[in-house]
Amino acid sequence: MSTPTSFLELRDLRIHFPTDDGLVKSVDGLSYKLERGKTLGIVGESGSGKSVTSLGILGLHKGTRAKISGEIWLDGEELVSASAEHVRRLRGKKMAMIFQDPLSAMHPFYTVGQQIIEAYRIHHKVSKKVARKHAIDMLGRVGIPQPERRVDSYPHEFSGGMRQRAMIAMALSCDPELLIADEPTTALDVTVQAQILDLMRDLQRDFNAALIIITHDLGVVAELSDDILVMYGGKCIEYGTAEDIFERPEHPYTWGLLGSMPRLDREPTERLLPIKGNPPSLINVPSGCAFHPRCAFEGRTGGKADTEVPALLESSGGHLVRCHMPPELRRDIWENEIKPSLESS
Amino acid sequence: MSEPLLSVQGLEKHFPVTKGLFKRQVGAVRAVDGVSFDVFKGETIGLVGESGCGKTTTGRLITRLIEPTGGKVVFEGNDITHMSQSRIRPLRRDMQLIFQDPYSSLNPRHTVGAIVGAPFRIQGVKTEQGIKKEVQDILALVGLNPEHYNRYPHEFSGGQRQRIGIARTLALKPKLIIADEPVSALDVSIQAQVVNLLEDLQNELDLTYVVIAHDLSVVRHISDRVAVMYLGKIVELADRKSLYDAPMHPYTNALLSAVPIPDVKHRGDRERIRLQGDVPSPLNPPPACRFHTRCWKAQVVCKTEEPPLVELAPGHQVACHFPENADKISAPAAAKVARNVQDAQHPKGTIA
Repeated sequence: MSTPTSFLELRDLRIHFPTDDGLVKSVDGLSYKLERGKTLGIVGESGSGKSVTSLGILGLHKGTRAKISGEIWLDGEELVSASAEHVRRLRGKKMAMIFQDPLSAMHPFYTVGQQIIEAYRIHHKVSKKVARKHAIDMLGRVGIPQPERRVDSYPHEFSGGMRQRAMIAMALSCDPELLIADEPTTALDVTVQAQILDLMRDLQRDFNAALIIITHDLGVVAELSDDILVMYGGKCIEYGTAEDIFERPEHPYTWGLLGSMPRLDREPTERLLPIKGNPPSLINVPSGCAFHPRCAFEGRTGGKADTEVPALLESSGGHLVRCHMPPELRRDIWENEIKPSLESS
Repeated sequence: MSEPLLSVQGLEKHFPVTKGLFKRQVGAVRAVDGVSFDVFKGETIGLVGESGCGKTTTGRLITRLIEPTGGKVVFEGNDITHMSQSRIRPLRRDMQLIFQDPYSSLNPRHTVGAIVGAPFRIQGVKTEQGIKKEVQDILALVGLNPEHYNRYPHEFSGGQRQRIGIARTLALKPKLIIADEPVSALDVSIQAQVVNLLEDLQNELDLTYVVIAHDLSVVRHISDRVAVMYLGKIVELADRKSLYDAPMHPYTNALLSAVPIPDVKHRGDRERIRLQGDVPSPLNPPPACRFHTRCWKAQVVCKTEEPPLVELAPGHQVACHFPENADKISAPAAAKVARNVQDAQHPKGTIA
């Protein structure tokens, strides 16, 4: 076991949940690296394991029935084997999370200020007065008007966008080095979403944190991410730079996601090109490639689709793809079949 | 032009806000405040807007699930606004709703057969080969297995449940379908399946849709005409191409520019309009033009005079004193807008 040089590194992370119906393999062999100041976008449909992974990094599965194996390295420390108490001390200070629904993630009984002050004082031995001043500063920083008054408001007195700003203020109050945002704008209206995305971009630059954005919205990841990881059935099926994923994607599932999405920047196509079928059950993951029952190119894999699990292999400089089709064939299909059909109207 | 299938005229819904022991009315949430539009047979009209703009309430008013405070709903030439429940019931065959959440809109204790067959029983419709055969045909039509007749909703995924809801909607072959956020609860790949299904069904069964949604890209894909709502009013109504290519209302423009676009090559060089703050409360909407508190073009007249929804280009209605894309405005309409602004700034008799 060697200490990695990256700021965050996951090695073959597996998070399985035993249930009465069988073992749910929510995350099944996930590895990636992330540096400070960089943004990783994790895309996938519901049940693909994207949220479970991030809860795992934060150590929030400790003390539950979840079975975790593999390694999570954060700034030279291994977290899977670390004690719950140790991870708790890192949480908030070293790493923090922005949740999807700020109304249920905040405590309705306490004012927004009290919640930020509490988090700050757990990690910093300061007086209440100093912590309160810090909370006001943070609220002002995330663009809440009149922070010295709003610090005494309850979460229900805030609008959706304001609440999300308050939650970002809370997450950033201890200056974390790793920030995980789980669907940070899904509950928001589009004009407010744009404000929050701008805010997150600015704050990340100021704080130089490593940022993980988990979302199902390809538009949001395209706006913010340096690198993108596409998950399906608990596994990474494609990983690359934002350009790799949007300009030259190689996995049929990524093609399907792009074809499913109507785009405002192009002439409307006659029909969307959806992926057939439904996302897999994580108890009975299809044999071989988990995507093969929905894959339009299953026939071109040389009969291996339902017998062998494809490996995640490098296609070109850092662009990883988990597919049985040879890279040349995938590039050929993208250039000559998929790309033209997405652009034609 | 032919008679519209549905005509909504000056529709209003104010929800009373009460206070104290005696439920004294202290105000009203003006959820829908004077909305007018026509829907023609075979077309799809999209209603878009942010949360709280009144789009869902509009859908519920059209189907008479709630009683309007004012205005008229005319369906196939019949004024249904104040029709009694017993008289409106037969009309419900022709007008159906698709709900947003496929989890809460299906009774978990009923089988798929009972759910999709319910419209037949409620309306007392006799079918030639029995309800079961009819229901199975509809299940096949929406892409479900007819053998699923005896299963329960929990056995299905979200996308399949939405198909069950659509099957129930289609059971009595309605003429008009109001779809309230039909795909927003679904995963991206499933969204596309359901959007395609709705389009296929429209072609096959000659349906007319009113699609209520907040996702501007989905609405553009599916609609022929689009109405943009803001705080209970329509601010712009136009055919899809004019609205998305040359929006005239600043709010529409801001909405479109806020949508994140998956184009990494041109990341950052897109012209953006950033609206400040949130949508004001419909309990106490800003006077005159309701958008003036967030509008970068607002002038004094916007705070004193409400801009009427007028046709500025053929088929393109806008409620704004200072519309964008002015080159698309027809000359007489431009003169009219200018005159409105003039009148408001200098009320008659004040000009020396």
